[in-house]
Amino acid sequence: MVSFDLLANAVVSGVLLGGFYAGVAAGATISFGLLDIANIAHPAFVVFGAYGAFVLGQRFGLDPLVAALFVVPVFYLAGLAVHQVYHRAFERRGDDSMRGLAFFFGLMFVGEVVLILLFGVDYRYTSAAYASTSIKIGPVALPLRQLIPFLGALVILAAAQLFLSRTFIGRAILGVAQDATAIRLMGADPVRLKRIAFAISIALAGAAGALLLVLEPVEPAIGREFIGRVFAIAVLGGMGSLPGTWIAAVMLGVIENLTSIFAGASWAPAVSFGFLLLTLAVRPSGLFGR
Amino acid sequence: MRQKVSVLRRLGGCAIAVLAGALAATSALAADPIKIGFSMAQSGPLAGSGKSALLAMKIWAEDQNAKGGLLGRPVELVYYDDQSNPANVPPIYTKLLDVDKVDLINSGYATPIIAAALPIAMQHDMVLMGLFGLANNAKLNYDKYFSMAPTGEDPAKVATKPFFDVADQLVPKPSTIAVITPDIQFGHSVLEGTRAAAEARGMKIVYDRTFPPSMTDFSTLVREVQATNPDLVVVGTQPGQSINVARAIAEVGLNARMIGGSMTGLQTTDAETILGPQINGLVNFAYWLPAPKLQFPGSMDFLAKYQAKAKAAGVDPIGYYVAPWAYADLQILAAAVEGTKSLEGDKLGAFIHANTFKTIIGDVQFGPGGEWAKPRTFLIQFQNVKSKDANEFTGTDHLVLVGPPDMKTGDLITPFDKARQ
Repeated sequence: MVSFDLLANAVVSGVLLGGFYAGVAAGATISFGLLDIANIAHPAFVVFGAYGAFVLGQRFGLDPLVAALFVVPVFYLAGLAVHQVYHRAFERRGDDSMRGLAFFFGLMFVGEVVLILLFGVDYRYTSAAYASTSIKIGPVALPLRQLIPFLGALVILAAAQLFLSRTFIGRAILGVAQDATAIRLMGADPVRLKRIAFAISIALAGAAGALLLVLEPVEPAIGREFIGRVFAIAVLGGMGSLPGTWIAAVMLGVIENLTSIFAGASWAPAVSFGFLLLTLAVRPSGLFGR
Repeated sequence: MRQKVSVLRRLGGCAIAVLAGALAATSALAADPIKIGFSMAQSGPLAGSGKSALLAMKIWAEDQNAKGGLLGRPVELVYYDDQSNPANVPPIYTKLLDVDKVDLINSGYATPIIAAALPIAMQHDMVLMGLFGLANNAKLNYDKYFSMAPTGEDPAKVATKPFFDVADQLVPKPSTIAVITPDIQFGHSVLEGTRAAAEARGMKIVYDRTFPPSMTDFSTLVREVQATNPDLVVVGTQPGQSINVARAIAEVGLNARMIGGSMTGLQTTDAETILGPQINGLVNFAYWLPAPKLQFPGSMDFLAKYQAKAKAAGVDPIGYYVAPWAYADLQILAAAVEGTKSLEGDKLGAFIHANTFKTIIGDVQFGPGGEWAKPRTFLIQFQNVKSKDANEFTGTDHLVLVGPPDMKTGDLITPFDKARQ
């Protein structure tokens, strides 16, 4: 018999963790869903962001949340540079499927090795006091190391959604995702718009990395654990829909926790990916895809 | 006069010949080292211990070469990063044997890596020392495999033995057990050992669901365990998982009379300083600590050398866990080479089976299956850790040996939440 306390905590924990994963997947939703760029290195950029926040914390005593404000512009610039290389080497030549994928795989492994050389393989963590504090509301415990990344991810998604839906460039990016030729005929440069969108996706990865540092200790290879989940969320959410990404991530988080309670944690990945397959069978464009 | 010149010429010729011979011998010594090849995790989840082990092995090679090498030849370590991935191990050993032409092989760190190297050692009829493997040879029965983990001939059961030996001293006797383990070979070994121990003691297992190895958030799982209200909680986890489980235990406020047992990775300074006071109360297995009764000839000298180099090498700065074992591992291999004057697997294997070896972690003798003839594992409890400072984890003040009784440096604090006050 499952108690109410256990059930309530499992749902809340699933929502918190799922909400954080939505933040991690937000950038992938833009690059993979809107730009058709299978940036398999996206979780690696999240880890780079975590290390960026760690370095700023070590050198200047910055909290990871404050450090995120400095990480985001640097990662935006890095995103511009990476897209420039990707576009010139692959996209422009029409080699952007398999070779582009290999490019991002390579980027992921090179980045991982660079982190190992610079920081070693030890776990890095934040010494912020709130990382080991919990608040309790009735029977439900809310560890701040989960609550803060959840709220941070919500801010990331809301900001990205507002940018895409309310600004001129944002709408133009959505336009490129639908029909790049039409955008070109209107006098806009689709390549430039894609570059900006890709840079935003990398900037979001950097911000999510700072949140990851709050959630758990990081080591250079930890990004590998997120690859499957990030792309599953982007696909389930509807390939390009940020609200869909949030809802899909939270659903997967709750499903995994409930599966853990009722059938055992070992079943959780199978059940959540089964849910993904089932959804795609009924609705191939994902939950919120058009 | 002419005769004198001729004698001088002959003597000169002999001197040149002797000198040339000596030079040739010297260059042969320099150019023909005994190569010891192995894979070692330098990246991925096992890399923390892998890097520590590699530094210890390098110190051994320096010490050995300073003593004149092996069989009069210098020793050279040839190693590659297996990225903590067993799939990388077979190609690495194939390269070591076919391209690098190593004379001897050794294992990388931990059970899954050793499992991948063992068939290759068997194919080439070579001795393989397994560094911290659990039951690697249980089904293969390879006569040239030797385990450098003091878990004895039935390692699956021995993995949890120190935990249950201490639990047996509790009054009243505990009656229920929960087990937290990942869905991998190591986890199943812990699970099997716990089930056997529970059956032998008439205890009831109230939770034994495994979790996927990629899992990072354990709060729900720990709450499930809490709901079963067990007397004992056996945790058998790998590095990374151990940290996240310990954090979840602290956040959820799980309580029992004893919690822990086989939390790999919590022996490293890295994990200990991440958790700080959150580690208090957890019990865990230990293979070696600088307790007075465990200081053998050379152990503290080695530790001093290791700690002097560890910071610059960016590895575990304290080095109580795997480092002394990696050094001792090569001490045994070297003693066998010197003892047999040979590099042949058959001779080395027979020699290692037949002898007891004096090492920095004590006397080592192997049983027929290649495991330690007599297991020697300890249970420690983290007590009174006040901060995340690495100095909290040196010595045995906060790493208290609570079992077996003849090795104790302090008493177990129970129940678990009492140790966290």
